[in-house]
Amino acid sequence: MLKWLEKNLPKIVMAPAVGLIGWFVYGFVLWTLYISFTNSKILPKYELWGVGQYVKLWGSRKWLIAVDNLLIFTALFLIFCVVIGIILAIFLDQKIRAEGVLRTIYLYPMALSFIVTGTAWKWILNPTLGIQKMFIDWGFENFTFDWLVNREMAIYTIVIAGVWQSAGFVMALFLAGLRSVEDEIVKAAKIDGANLFTVYWKILLPMMRPVFFTSFVILVHISIKSYDLIVALTQGGPGISTTMPALYMTQTAFHKSQVGLSAASAMMMFMAVAAVIIPYLYSELRRENAR
Amino acid sequence: MQDKAHSSYKQLEQKSKYTNMFLRWFLYFVLVIFALYFIFPLYVMVVTSLKTMEEIRQGTLLTWPSGLNFDSWLVAWGGRGYGAGDTFLKPYFWNSIKMVVPAVFFSTFIGAMAGYVLTKWRFKGDKWVFLFLLFGCFIPYQAILLPMARTLGVLGISNSVIGLVLVHTVYGIPFTTLFFRNFYVSIPSELVKAARIDGAGFFKIFFKILLPVSTPIIVVTIIWQFTQIWNDFLFGSTFSFGEAAPIQVALNNMVLSSTSVKEYNVDMASAIIAGIPTLIVYVLAGKYFIRGLTSGAVKG
Repeated sequence: MLKWLEKNLPKIVMAPAVGLIGWFVYGFVLWTLYISFTNSKILPKYELWGVGQYVKLWGSRKWLIAVDNLLIFTALFLIFCVVIGIILAIFLDQKIRAEGVLRTIYLYPMALSFIVTGTAWKWILNPTLGIQKMFIDWGFENFTFDWLVNREMAIYTIVIAGVWQSAGFVMALFLAGLRSVEDEIVKAAKIDGANLFTVYWKILLPMMRPVFFTSFVILVHISIKSYDLIVALTQGGPGISTTMPALYMTQTAFHKSQVGLSAASAMMMFMAVAAVIIPYLYSELRRENAR
Repeated sequence: MQDKAHSSYKQLEQKSKYTNMFLRWFLYFVLVIFALYFIFPLYVMVVTSLKTMEEIRQGTLLTWPSGLNFDSWLVAWGGRGYGAGDTFLKPYFWNSIKMVVPAVFFSTFIGAMAGYVLTKWRFKGDKWVFLFLLFGCFIPYQAILLPMARTLGVLGISNSVIGLVLVHTVYGIPFTTLFFRNFYVSIPSELVKAARIDGAGFFKIFFKILLPVSTPIIVVTIIWQFTQIWNDFLFGSTFSFGEAAPIQVALNNMVLSSTSVKEYNVDMASAIIAGIPTLIVYVLAGKYFIRGLTSGAVKG
């Protein structure tokens, strides 16, 4: 008995982690998947109902708006975060004075919650006393900036706040990537007469392919999950114009009590994330095995 | 002839010096512009929280406050003292502390053990077990909200700090395991093998060999978990309301519940109070925070 215990101790120690994740992650996802095929309203029902919830979901105007918003947000969020992140990383890589201070400034939003920063942005973007008033007081009398309360433009305020929060993260990833490149490569290129622009454009950035890949995966994953920022900034409004899937899911589940429908929307989100993450984990694992 | 070549070389050198200087200035200019953009909201938060509503209406976002007026901070922290309907952050701040401390401790401990086993007591299929845990870092939590709400109800700990401790412990494990596993992989296994031959047991090896060198990764993990759990809103707002709510939920409620006139100065003071613990940790130990951020993403 004691021998057995000693031999299996590592596995016993490992058991809580595996058990908890098995139950609370995989078990729960399967439960949600099952419920998405039932006609559950306030309380879960366990008779299978087929794909009715998915049909209902994709016929719902609100869900379609949410998906549309997600696509707009993801595209802009990705582009701006990556472009700003790369510019900052390359510029910081030029033996800059006060690099530490600048880096700290670029990255501090990551330490704050989306609720805190959303509250700040909501105040800055509000048309009566925020940026709009600032410009009018400066003499630009016809200046209007009412995106926050404008149905067409409100989604872009979420992009502004989201990029502000996450661009520093991309900067940190690329800076780490650039710093891991051997100095010799850059020196050799310079001896061959390449200028700094060519060194980055032709040599260093192509070497950063894994960092691009990682940033892409992390940013897409952040944007699919984005919830807090929208709650703090617009609550999905004006109207339902800034609804996103995560917000749709919680509203359908906890305010409208449509458990089956919200489970279906949760599974759509799950599949979207899985489609991005599984290839990523696979390639990471292969890279590690190759070494 | 030689002289001429020399002087044109000089000219060229001079010219490249000017271009270089121009480039340097341009570099700093862009970096400072971005720094201003990043610092702008924090600046606005701080100055707004120090103004009176009258000053806010008269000035702009950037106007410097007339004095150091901490009234809105006091209101945000302790309320106005008129009883019902008076929401303020103090009790929720303590809720968050009571939630964060045990959740960080348990998730870090479980992750350290898992990382130790996965690297130093390898077994068949351990790579798959790691992948199995790792996937938990990425799942959209919407896919587990409904069953979690029911489970907490069945356990009788819905709408309680204990319930949130459980939730944060569980969903922290994938991250803590990832951190410790990636750290222990880089520690030579020869030491562990030698100790095993000498007859040292599982826990003795952990405490005598691994733990003494683990300080950096423990700091990284604690900071990461602290920041994540303190800043969480989804779990807090779904599984708690009223008195058991953590600070981010309370902040959001405070900002949304505009009974009469919107008091932006109190809103901003509240936001700073809710953000200050993680901000302090970031300023003091930014190096470790960044390591947590990037080690989750870039491995090896």
